[in-house]
Amino acid sequence: MRWFKRGVGVLLCTYLLALIFMVMPMPGSFDAYRPDWLAIVMLYWVIALPHRVNIGTAWLLGLLADVLLGSTLGIHAAAMAIMVYFAARHFQKIRNFSLSQQMLIVLILVLLKRALVFEIEHFINNAPFVWSYFLPALTSAIIWPWLFLLLRKLRRQFGVS
Amino acid sequence: MNSLFGRGPSLRIRLVLALACSFLLAFIDHRLNALQPARLFLNSLVTPIQYLAIMPEQLLDNVAESLQSRTALQQENAELREQMLVLQGRLQRFHFLQNENSRLRELLDSEPRQESRRMVAEVIAVASDPFSHQLVINKGTLNGVYQSQPVLDSRGIIGQVVSVGTNTSRIILISDQSHAIPLRAERNDLRVLAQGIGDMQQLELMFVPHSTDLEVGDMLVSSGLGGVFPEGYPVAAVTRILRDESLPFARVYAQPVAALDRVRAVLLLWPENAGEAPIYEPNDGSDLPLLPIAEGDTATAPTPANQEGGQ
Repeated sequence: MRWFKRGVGVLLCTYLLALIFMVMPMPGSFDAYRPDWLAIVMLYWVIALPHRVNIGTAWLLGLLADVLLGSTLGIHAAAMAIMVYFAARHFQKIRNFSLSQQMLIVLILVLLKRALVFEIEHFINNAPFVWSYFLPALTSAIIWPWLFLLLRKLRRQFGVS
Repeated sequence: MNSLFGRGPSLRIRLVLALACSFLLAFIDHRLNALQPARLFLNSLVTPIQYLAIMPEQLLDNVAESLQSRTALQQENAELREQMLVLQGRLQRFHFLQNENSRLRELLDSEPRQESRRMVAEVIAVASDPFSHQLVINKGTLNGVYQSQPVLDSRGIIGQVVSVGTNTSRIILISDQSHAIPLRAERNDLRVLAQGIGDMQQLELMFVPHSTDLEVGDMLVSSGLGGVFPEGYPVAAVTRILRDESLPFARVYAQPVAALDRVRAVLLLWPENAGEAPIYEPNDGSDLPLLPIAEGDTATAPTPANQEGGQ
């Protein structure tokens, strides 16, 4: 019961903010560059606290993303679960990487997630291929060091472990 | 200390479980289309997130509005008044034509056309996902919005409602790749089917034979055949026709008349044969039924019976 209480608020707040940033309206030209907030916030928590934040959480948040984005239920949930699976399997390695190496990992993982979403969408709804859909992987990687440091500070301050 | 993965199943089993659940959900949602009640609940659940997400933008809008100068406002006011005058002039002509039309239809013993009921809604979110062209508006079941309800903007049809929550609903645009709309050409009543191709500026007309008498610039209006969209609203104009004889059909592209990428406010339509009725909020000017104010017709309760044209 103990792990249920400590820091749950912090976790929930970051999830909520990630979801809000995901759907927040932005000027058209910036919209294509919007980082995949949900994916990178999720990745941070999985790498930092793999015993608490895991595939189940990722799946639930992916489902919420499906509802918010109006896609067929289960698409983002499946993609998030697969992405988090790889992060959780290698969390110890990723933890010991430098920030720049982590950026590369984030780039690959977000790319993987987006490619999965695209493939499923293509299979179900015959979605046409658009290059700009993969741009957020790049911006997610670029923003990763700041997000990492910010969330680490938050985690230490509130003693979430 | 925390033992890693001490509790619960292993990673791989969790992944398999998650994927199985996703697959099942996607199957039920997509193939069986059986998740509408759950969608209503989930949409209502995420409504606060959507309202929180638009708060900064609304705040900025408010600030910008309050910083506007007096002269700019006056100028805008004058422009709007002028526009209203022009529109009212046209409306008078429209009343005359409508009366004449209903009289003529009576002479022909055909059913009189009733005006559909309308409500203005604001767009609160645009799906940032390029695979689904959807909007979220600030009206839901509490306002009488129902699934597959037609939605317009000031120029023409923009789409239909796909799912409703209590306070919000989701609109699928005609440009979405999973949407098709039955149309007819205004010039020669030729019936066509326009499918979205994931491009807000283009629709593709399906199954058009090479010999079809379609020309670039032809206006396409809704034909009312699908039972979703009412008849006669403008939808798109033909922009490109490729008659490649090696293909089974001609490739015809049309541009939607509504500016799908710049919608801020939409018009919800309740056709006369719809089972649902709009529920207007009291004391909300923006939701007043947009009925023509005719002689002695105050249009407080917008039932089809007290609308002109019904007699």
